[in-house]
Amino acid sequence: MDSQAIATHPEHAHGEHEHPPYLRHHFATVEQQRETASFGMWLFLLTEIMFFGGMFAAYLIYRNWYYPAFVAGSHQLSILLGTVNTAVLICSSFTMAMGVYSAEMKRKGALVMWLLLTILLGTVFLGIKADEYHEKWEKHHVPGLNFSANDFVNGSKGYPDDKLAPDMAQKSQVYFSLYFAMTGMHALHMIIGISILIVLVIRARQGAYTEGHMTTIENFGLYWHFVDIVWIFLFPLLYLISRHQ
Amino acid sequence: MSAPNEPASDHVHTIVSPTVYAVIFGLLLLCTALTVGASYLEMGIFNPIVALGIAVFKAVIVVLFFMHVKYSSKLTKLTVAAGFFTFIVLITMTLTDYLSRAWGRW
Repeated sequence: MDSQAIATHPEHAHGEHEHPPYLRHHFATVEQQRETASFGMWLFLLTEIMFFGGMFAAYLIYRNWYYPAFVAGSHQLSILLGTVNTAVLICSSFTMAMGVYSAEMKRKGALVMWLLLTILLGTVFLGIKADEYHEKWEKHHVPGLNFSANDFVNGSKGYPDDKLAPDMAQKSQVYFSLYFAMTGMHALHMIIGISILIVLVIRARQGAYTEGHMTTIENFGLYWHFVDIVWIFLFPLLYLISRHQ
Repeated sequence: MSAPNEPASDHVHTIVSPTVYAVIFGLLLLCTALTVGASYLEMGIFNPIVALGIAVFKAVIVVLFFMHVKYSSKLTKLTVAAGFFTFIVLITMTLTDYLSRAWGRW
């Protein structure tokens, strides 16, 4: 089927030009080209699910093993900042979805505006995250670099009852290691996403997606929403579920 | 494949409207408020269950509407479903292993 498509295609491509210029020669139709790109993007996202999934599995197992240390560690996170960041990220997913819609509608100005808003919200998320990391540093909760189990042996401000045996208190390092690994990997994905978005804005201003095809915007949208989904799970697991123990 | 303009599949590309996006956006914010509120309630072992339940619901509506899977071809739907199924199998097997090795010794 494919070889026939390739064989029959050049006549149309170089003859009458009855297909859009962005249709590659090895695809029969624009729809097939779009479908193929989307399929490839989803396969990439599945590898990403497995990548983050490994860290989620580690988190679940260690939380089970060193439960008191994980509860005490979780108490040190700010629910307010976590909630604000979740809202910011959901807003950025919405602006990205509207960007995809603008590209479909071939509205260049709107597309550029929604992409810029997505960059802004993504940057705000990273800013709040950086502030949280800074607080961890000041409280000596950074394993390997600047860590003290004091808050977990003697109790801490707001949680005076978090008094663990010294060996269990040390295990809060496992919690913070996973916290930094998971939120750090998530933040790295955000940084990569924002870098790609900057390129997309430049190309969108040149009309690349509103005159050509918008599969790139659509597939980047998939990536951005995936990063949002990772956070949707990180937020309750790291911040919320140990509130009461 | 006779004519190049013949559709490659039975699937017709759908453009999702801003209204749908806005409704999903509102639902996601509502669920975020719900999950934060629920974390302040004393529910024992149900705290993580409720939190993860809400997270799964949020993830599903993001996948279906923001990521267009509801409007996608059968190939895309199958790919996504196979991916999540494999992920759940791997997580279940791993956790089953860790749980059963120390059986009776916790």
